[in-house]
Amino acid sequence: MNAHQNDTPILRAEHFTKYLTGRKILDDCSISMRPGDVKVLIGPSGAGKSTFLQCINCLLEPDQGEIWLGERKVDFKNTKELYDLRQHVGMIFQEFNLFDHLSAERNVALALRKVRGMSRADALERAHAELARVGLEDKAKLYPAQLSGGQKQRVAIARALAMDPTILLLDEPTSALDPELVGEVLTVIRDLAAHGMPMIMVTHQMEFARAVATEILFMESGRVIEQGSPEELLAPGAQTRTQDFCTRLLELCGEAEPSQEARS
Amino acid sequence: MHILSTIIEAFPYILQGTLVTVVLVAGALTLGFCLGVPMAVTQVYAPRPFAMLLSFYVWFFRGVPVLLLLFLFYYGLFGLMGLEVGTIGASCIVLGMTSAAYQSQIFRGSIQSLPAGQFKAGRALGMTDLQTIWNVILPQALRLSIPGWSNEYSILLKDSAMCFALGTPEIMARTHFVASRTYEHLPLYITAGLIYFAITMAGVTLLRRLERKARIPGYSNSGM
Amino acid sequence: MLDFIDMNFLTGRVMPYLDRGLMMSLQLIIPASLIGGFIGVVMGVMRVFGTPWMRRGTDAVVAVIRGVPLTVQLMILYFGLPSLPGVKIYLSPYAAALIGFIVCTASYQSEYVRGALLSIRQGQIKAAQALGMTRWQTIWSVIVPQAVRRALPGCGNEIIYLIKYSSLAYIVTCIELTGEAKVLVSRTFRPTEVYLVAACYYLVMVSAATWLLAKLEKKLAIPDFGTQK
Repeated sequence: MNAHQNDTPILRAEHFTKYLTGRKILDDCSISMRPGDVKVLIGPSGAGKSTFLQCINCLLEPDQGEIWLGERKVDFKNTKELYDLRQHVGMIFQEFNLFDHLSAERNVALALRKVRGMSRADALERAHAELARVGLEDKAKLYPAQLSGGQKQRVAIARALAMDPTILLLDEPTSALDPELVGEVLTVIRDLAAHGMPMIMVTHQMEFARAVATEILFMESGRVIEQGSPEELLAPGAQTRTQDFCTRLLELCGEAEPSQEARS
Repeated sequence: MHILSTIIEAFPYILQGTLVTVVLVAGALTLGFCLGVPMAVTQVYAPRPFAMLLSFYVWFFRGVPVLLLLFLFYYGLFGLMGLEVGTIGASCIVLGMTSAAYQSQIFRGSIQSLPAGQFKAGRALGMTDLQTIWNVILPQALRLSIPGWSNEYSILLKDSAMCFALGTPEIMARTHFVASRTYEHLPLYITAGLIYFAITMAGVTLLRRLERKARIPGYSNSGM
Repeated sequence: MLDFIDMNFLTGRVMPYLDRGLMMSLQLIIPASLIGGFIGVVMGVMRVFGTPWMRRGTDAVVAVIRGVPLTVQLMILYFGLPSLPGVKIYLSPYAAALIGFIVCTASYQSEYVRGALLSIRQGQIKAAQALGMTRWQTIWSVIVPQAVRRALPGCGNEIIYLIKYSSLAYIVTCIELTGEAKVLVSRTFRPTEVYLVAACYYLVMVSAATWLLAKLEKKLAIPDFGTQK
């Protein structure tokens, strides 16, 4: 891949502003994604991270702002372009949102058939391949209610990947999981990052963010306040808000597990 | 104008029918309640043969049209039993027995939705089973039953319109009588429809108020 | 008292009459439940996804139909419409009964469909949109299949009600099961036996429908679907 190609952003979201029930939730937020970028949004709850993410694929329509897919500006008032944008942008939800009435394989196959127009057999074949990729080929026939939280989230990831997205949005993908199930999902995400899948992720898993992120964006009250590589923002002694926030987060976690201190 | 004067003239006559309708519904609801509560308790707590007997009753009254039940009892069974109850009495009893079948199922559902701990707690305090049912189970179950019960009211009100097939002098019978003499069918039946609509709304509003009054803070069906 | 079971009377006299009535009842029940069910689904979808105008319109129609006894509606259709000034519409007893049943069933069904549609969680819709599905694809492949399963018990109950309320066709002189029984009683003066046998016919119909619906529900069942909030 030559340098020029690498410089062209595959997706840009610029100057997003969003009001919900009269309150300004997003205030002039921008993000730009290049191939291989993994950007992590962090910040206190209510900072507007999820709203920002949902505006990028227009699940919430931004009141102001532009979305560029490569060289092309997306007119999201035009429903055809809107659906096209959503095909290019995969999304993983905190609550999984698997279709409750469909088995795992058919969850993955549904959009392939309806949106991509694939035949039933082709769609199922592709679904099995994607499920295998997240290590769930043996659970293909099970329904969402029969899967653990971690398995559900992995099916959701397979469902998004099956659409061959150019970029993946992850909205706190591990927050609704029991602690012992977080690992299996993070492994899948880490694997995707290693293969160069561009991702924007909202998470509170700071260790993980530090390990995979190419850039961290710190949000507060609807604005991106700080932005930079993990090394810059989280370097020992860096006087950043991000650092501050992470320290507090760690303290909270430390308090929650006093047993470790007792042992040491 | 002729239509209007017909309606105005007939209105007091039809309104008297409204009184009969209200009596029918009130009587049937009461009878259904008095039969339905013990039936529900029996179905939940009594030994199997009793419960099965009641299941048969419920199956029968829920499976046969009210109109046919009215004919069966008024022209057939009441006569065999030597009962002279008149059209209003017969309508009231048949509607009440049908309603008992439905009401017992509403109450049964509510009783079964209560946590088993309630019964155990009552017993643990030294109450007899009957005391527990009366003082602990029913006060809770009846509260939970109010929404279903208010639905039963509007169903009964609408079913009561069938009683005119026996000649019971309620709203429909009187409307039909006036209509067949004046040939003003449409406006008269619409008037009857409006009266039913008004009674339905009035009753549902009243029952909603009762529900609010009987509510215990933080206690509802959805919360469990 | 009567000789309790008079088999000759039952099989020779009663059943031929009632069988004929049963056929008429079925001719009312089956079309009414199919057409009424279909219209009910359309109305339910309109009441949830329609434009504000559609919603208000259908809500109002349903409120009126549900607030007025079916008896009154049938009387209006059969006796009322011919006296409509200007356009005098004469309906045959069968047509009046069938139209009345369809309108009534559709309204009640739409209520269950509406409730089921409203119970679908927002996340399901968001997930479909995030995959690039259009509005109608989302409604058709995600919302409707889930809503059908949630609405099925209520809608099934409504069919049972329809079976029983089909007896009201008698009051607009459409002679079905109840009507035939009434006619037969006026000839034989043996009300208890005739009406009891007619009751058995209805019990069989209702029980068969209940069994079929339970089977359908089982066929469509998805493990633990609907138990999670």
